[in-house]
Amino acid sequence: MKRHITATIDGEAREFLCDEDQTLLDALRDVLLKTGTKEGCGTGDCGACSVTVDGRLVCACLVLAAEVEGARVETVEGIAQEGVLHPLQRRFLEQAALQCGVCTPGFLVAAKSLLEKNPDPSEKEVRFWLAGNLCRCTGYDKIIRSVLDAAADLRGESG
Amino acid sequence: MSEEKKFRWVGTRPIRPDGIDKVTGRANYGADFALPDMLWGKVLRSPHAHARIQSIDLERAKALAGVHAVMTAEDLPDLFAEAAKSNGGHDGFNDLAHNVMARGRVLYHGHAIAAVAATSSAIASQALELIDVEYEPLPHVLDIASAIASDATLVHEDRVTQGVEGAGLSNVANRVQLGHGDPAEGFDLADEVIEREFTTRPVHQGYIEPHACLAQTTPDGRVTLWSSSQGHFMVRDYTAKLLDIDLSLVKVIPAEIGGGFGGKTTVYLEPLAVVLSRKSGRSVKMVMSREEVFRASGPTLGTRIKLKLGATSEGVFTAGEATLHYEGGAFGGSSVMAGCMTIFAPYAFPHVRSTGYDVMVNKPKGAAYRAPGAPMAAFALETVIDEMAERLEVDPVDLRLRNAAKEGTLASFGPRYRRVGCVETLEALRDHPHYSAPLGPHQGRGVAVGFWFNAGLQSSAGVNLNPDGTVTVLSGNPDIGGSRASLALMTAEEFGIEYERVEVVIADTQSIGYTDVTGGSRVTFATGMAVIEAAADVRRQLCERAAVVWEVDAERVVWEDGEARLKGESDQAPLTLAELAQNAGRTGGPISGRAALTARGVGMGFGAHICDVEVDPETGRVEVIRYTAVQDAGRAIHPSYVEGQMQGGAVQGIGWALNEEYVFDSDGKLENPGFLDYRIPVASDVPMIDTVIVEVPNPKHPYGVRGVGEVPIVAPIPAVVNAVYAATGVRFRDLPLSPPKVLAGLDGESAA
Amino acid sequence: MARVVLPQALAPRAGGLLEHEVEGRNVRALLAALDARFPGLGAELEGRVAVAIDGEIYNDPLLEAVEPDSEVHFLPRVGGG
Ligand code: FES
Ligand code: FES
Repeated sequence: MKRHITATIDGEAREFLCDEDQTLLDALRDVLLKTGTKEGCGTGDCGACSVTVDGRLVCACLVLAAEVEGARVETVEGIAQEGVLHPLQRRFLEQAALQCGVCTPGFLVAAKSLLEKNPDPSEKEVRFWLAGNLCRCTGYDKIIRSVLDAAADLRGESG
Repeated sequence: MSEEKKFRWVGTRPIRPDGIDKVTGRANYGADFALPDMLWGKVLRSPHAHARIQSIDLERAKALAGVHAVMTAEDLPDLFAEAAKSNGGHDGFNDLAHNVMARGRVLYHGHAIAAVAATSSAIASQALELIDVEYEPLPHVLDIASAIASDATLVHEDRVTQGVEGAGLSNVANRVQLGHGDPAEGFDLADEVIEREFTTRPVHQGYIEPHACLAQTTPDGRVTLWSSSQGHFMVRDYTAKLLDIDLSLVKVIPAEIGGGFGGKTTVYLEPLAVVLSRKSGRSVKMVMSREEVFRASGPTLGTRIKLKLGATSEGVFTAGEATLHYEGGAFGGSSVMAGCMTIFAPYAFPHVRSTGYDVMVNKPKGAAYRAPGAPMAAFALETVIDEMAERLEVDPVDLRLRNAAKEGTLASFGPRYRRVGCVETLEALRDHPHYSAPLGPHQGRGVAVGFWFNAGLQSSAGVNLNPDGTVTVLSGNPDIGGSRASLALMTAEEFGIEYERVEVVIADTQSIGYTDVTGGSRVTFATGMAVIEAAADVRRQLCERAAVVWEVDAERVVWEDGEARLKGESDQAPLTLAELAQNAGRTGGPISGRAALTARGVGMGFGAHICDVEVDPETGRVEVIRYTAVQDAGRAIHPSYVEGQMQGGAVQGIGWALNEEYVFDSDGKLENPGFLDYRIPVASDVPMIDTVIVEVPNPKHPYGVRGVGEVPIVAPIPAVVNAVYAATGVRFRDLPLSPPKVLAGLDGESAA
Repeated sequence: MARVVLPQALAPRAGGLLEHEVEGRNVRALLAALDARFPGLGAELEGRVAVAIDGEIYNDPLLEAVEPDSEVHFLPRVGGG
């Protein structure tokens, strides 16, 4: 039995059909063809599928699509606004915070949600907030620096 | 290009060409492709570590609504039968064929046995449950000691040891030995001799993107594959070979790849997807679950190394001898050869010998993992050197420097070294402030050296000039870590044009010449060489075109600073790349260059790492508190991505040292096939990773490039273990140094 | 003549000696010369190994040029990750 869902996804009103037991991740990727959100594990252990639902950071692989009825879902695809990159995206690029890049969508979504709650996090706070996002390529160094620098950008403290 | 050449682009840090797509979610990885008629394929896997397949009944699965195709090994050509006619049957492809789908027997828990394609992934999963398989469980063998015992259960009933005259049936697939001199003589000359034994467990490459592909076939036999791999030509060649199809009929379109580390230099799903697509007449997408990735892809397996080192009281190594046993999984083919070749490689030894055994066990078929075989070998040698330094009461870096390999040193693996940067790397480490920084209580510092050969192999490149003066570069290597950026930088350098005017495209198997995998740290070195050559081809044409415009001999034209200039006194205004490109139609037609080569002159790579740890005496938890990686890159084309390789390799090695291990139960079933229980380092586990790039240019590369991708994972294990010794006074010789093991060691219980 | 160094495991097949002076302009010629001296050895080497000529390793070495004063080592083949 398919469910009919209405939700705001990356700022756009969307309607779609999903199975009762379909995850939000599968609905995003396979039904809405929004493949920017990645699957690394499907069990909530890697953070590649990070999205926000009504502002709350979640693993899309652990949320049922049916649960987002009426909600506001934001993915990596909605971070750049009107073609302008978010400071996080810019810093990730400038500082080579991605190698293969498959973890990047999840890191960007998670980091954005951190900076919305805590505009001036310490290195340690960034590391602990992002501990649910796995990256096997970078050793995290350039990711952490990019997040700290983007935070400074957003506070208007750096150029 | 002369040594003093001033670079304009090489060594700068621009944004990578594919960057925007990767921070906005637009980049398409293996699982991101879809076709309207697409089915979902799934694999049924063995619940036994070793069993005879008595029967497979597919009828109930086939009858399920939504199921369009079901397959077993019966649907694949029997390569063994063919190969047996010519060479006795055992070759890599025969093993690969048996790995992608079990035939007759299953050899490890998770071995593929059947596959289905259905209209949804849920139906495909349901269909797997309707496949009835009867197994006759067989005894299995899971570790080196039982596999090499004289009465061992055989993984294969018909294999003898390669490399041993008159060998009988055995689980040892291969024995190798190399070295020079006579170790016994060398040990006689030593004042101190230390002999130790080391063990490591299977670990997985742990790329975040699971294996994935999409196959489309046509009734006339054509195949198109979208696939994430370290080499789409490899996918084409292996798939065609396993299915006995002409290479010209198979087109592989490279997806972006979400990490490989050696684990994506082979195929698992692609041949199955093609068969399912042929049987169903629809396109078929297959994506491994994380559990399948752990159970049935990769890993690198367990090892046991016995190592003996002799040195004079002045700290000169007189002899080294090692016996290495590496598990190769169910088919052999471990990295033990590379282990033997690298184990003594960073140092000069008058007498050295390593003997390696490639051991078959009922575990997944091992795959390459970043500097295959070398990290375990370095674990053994570099911790014994640490112990030797302590015994001789010399500084561990000085001891290494005294024996370090240099130009002319007879390498333990055979030849004499050419110009290498082992000494310079160690000196940079010794001079780094980290090496002399103070330490607190429960803290310790360790150092270690890592070596890797790097690879050359075959590469093709195309350089097309567009009418507006921009340049499109074609490469045949998937870009895993920023190689588009390094190729674009080299192209901009060759033409003397802006980096932003160069676009790099990873071309499919029908659009560029053959190119070997992205592996062996070879892309910036080898494909870079091809790009430089293709650009030179274009530059030559540009000079010819300028000569046509100026009505002079082409010899009178030179290319300088992005424009063609007439040699000698002349009032001809130079012609820019853009001007020549715009008028190409008038001067002879479109301008494009190409190069295809087997890259020669590969530069071997050395790294040296410093690690500080703090060990919690209450819990046994080891925390890495400071880390510095030093490495000879030859020449860093894009230093950020060189640093990225060093930092990523360091953390991957830290994970291997401290946390990561496959845990099998007594039935051979992997107990931790997920990131929750197979714990790779997370951001809060590690500090910033400081980097120092040393540049001892490779004299055989136009820019001096050496490979950089693999070296960084070699030194971390011994650096961490030496640091733990410095902090605790306990020498650990069995990985990983998990808290319970460390705690037991601290309590004086058998640490070694 | 080039100086050829065999893998230790193959020395018993070559009169117990690791090092041999061999004439040949490329690796194929060296192998043929070795095979003439020690029947079967050339074929065995060709099937299994890589070659280092004056310090550089070649994985597919048959037609690589060898200088009269070259040092040629036979070694196992390695790939990479
Ligand atoms: S895919 Fe959701 S956490 Fe890994
Ligand atoms: S960049 Fe590859 S996993 Fe993070």
